[in-house]
Amino acid sequence: MTTRQTLTALRRAIALAAVMIMAVAVQAKAELHLDITTGNVQPLPIAVTQFYGEAVGAQIANVVEADLERSGLFRPLDHRAFIQTPDQLANGLPRYGDWKVINAQALVSGTASVQPDGRLKVEFRLFDVLAQQQLTGLAYFTQPDGWRRIAHIIADAIYKRITGEDGYFDTRIVYIAESGPATARQKRLAIMDQDGENNLYLTDGRVLVLTPRFSPTAQEITYLSYFNNRPRVYIFNVDTGRQEVLGDFPGMTFAPRFSPDGNKVIMSLAQNGNTDIYLLDLRTRRQTRLTDNPAIDTAPSFSPDGSKITFESDRGGSQQIYTMNADGTNVQRITFGAGKYGTPVWSPRGDLIAFTRINGGRFSIGVIRPDGSGERELSTGYLVEGPTWAPNGRVLMYFKEKPTGEGGRQRQVRLYSIDLTGRNERQMLTPTDASDPAWSPLIP
Amino acid sequence: MRMNYLSLCAALALVAACSSTPEKKAEVATGGTATTTTTPPAAKPTGPVPGSKEDFVVNVGDRVFFGYDKFDLTPEATATLDKQAAWLKKYGQVTITIEGHADERGTREYNLALGERRANAVKNYLTATGVDLARVQVISYGKERPAVLGSNEAAWAQNRRGVTVIN
Repeated sequence: MTTRQTLTALRRAIALAAVMIMAVAVQAKAELHLDITTGNVQPLPIAVTQFYGEAVGAQIANVVEADLERSGLFRPLDHRAFIQTPDQLANGLPRYGDWKVINAQALVSGTASVQPDGRLKVEFRLFDVLAQQQLTGLAYFTQPDGWRRIAHIIADAIYKRITGEDGYFDTRIVYIAESGPATARQKRLAIMDQDGENNLYLTDGRVLVLTPRFSPTAQEITYLSYFNNRPRVYIFNVDTGRQEVLGDFPGMTFAPRFSPDGNKVIMSLAQNGNTDIYLLDLRTRRQTRLTDNPAIDTAPSFSPDGSKITFESDRGGSQQIYTMNADGTNVQRITFGAGKYGTPVWSPRGDLIAFTRINGGRFSIGVIRPDGSGERELSTGYLVEGPTWAPNGRVLMYFKEKPTGEGGRQRQVRLYSIDLTGRNERQMLTPTDASDPAWSPLIP
Repeated sequence: MRMNYLSLCAALALVAACSSTPEKKAEVATGGTATTTTTPPAAKPTGPVPGSKEDFVVNVGDRVFFGYDKFDLTPEATATLDKQAAWLKKYGQVTITIEGHADERGTREYNLALGERRANAVKNYLTATGVDLARVQVISYGKERPAVLGSNEAAWAQNRRGVTVIN
């Protein structure tokens, strides 16, 4: 935390100093930098040219451009305004004047070529147009069908070089695909790339499944399944398709999440009308009870360093958010606003907890600091629920459900993302209705 | 100009088709009965067979309702459960599953816990009146199986329910 903050402060100082020097000297070494820690960011005008060579080069550039645009931090420029062509860029230096005149501050060029061994080689370069220098350049080799992932990796490299923060484009979303009438909803586990591509169903819908969450390696998903009419927490291995019930509990287990090291799953056990929080060690299979209270204690989520847990409880009379140490001690209530608070999820950066709030008949998604200060609302609606964090802690995804049809008797449920400014809300494209999203870490 | 070279092997791990999924049984059999019980079946000269599921639903009443975020039994609820208990004593061989449900105005996981509370409130009442514990199972569906569709209190009130299902 402190190292990162110092680094950000340093970058900001460099950017400021560079602007001042540039005013007197043309030869300035200005570093193109977008500070996304402030509340109001002007999107950076960027020219993403088609990658020269193979036809897939144009598709790669489109995916890079779409990733950057969706972040709300970049404003890709219209290709029709481009003067210098992709082949000229591939065979020489940028003519910076050609890009400055269309107000581009950053320029991305690249090439895509097939190697003798059949692999695809993709190169890209990122230029600072005003400082007239290359900021970064990388090359990747992949099987031809891996081009889409390479595009996301390039978008992450651009995002990181310009903002100083890790990107989140080479990631996947696991979610619940919904279909059928609301009284007999069919729900399937589904997985897709962060931009909605490569959608795949992991279960066939015969069994009700809910609340999937990724392991830290994105190889496994823990979720709730009603298999055999016994609602229990399961683990699904994404590579093998194997499913396994977790633990041997005498009642319904639900609300699972992995610990940050991936060695444990924290979840709720409901038994005889009482719900408490338990920890299951995946190696020893040992179960540890963490709360012992007649109230509903559920929706637990670890802090990224594993030392603390946030959860919801109605022990104070209504559903509110609490924190406690990882061993169950030192319970502190952190929400005190009007209404109810639930679904707390600790940010991967550790600085915020995202939540769902129900107040005055409205649902909203918000964030709050772990000490209970700085509460902010980001999105609101008829039913907005279940935030999940992008791995860099700058973007959230959740689902929004609204009544449709005659008398509001049907439902439309869709996934949305929003950045922490609350100004860039985007609907995700999914083939069917969708809920319960969970964002993967960056794919290893 | 710096160029880093990174080799990336076959990108996307292919997800195996779900051949090994344990999902072989059909969807919960109780989902259908919940929606069909609000309207009585067409009148037949004979009526439901005594001791049958239909007999229980039509002549006893299979469900009780709860207040918003509540799991205590109302006088109407206990009156219905008294009738259920009498019927269950008469037909001592049947086993039951008590479903706990919530309306859509809560979060998913909280509602799963709330549904479990409601199902247990029904179970505790029935067993206290003498129904053998071994005959009773509970399951919570949270807000996953509404009985009635609608975006108003009248609809939500019918969804906050405990349903006694004859197995």
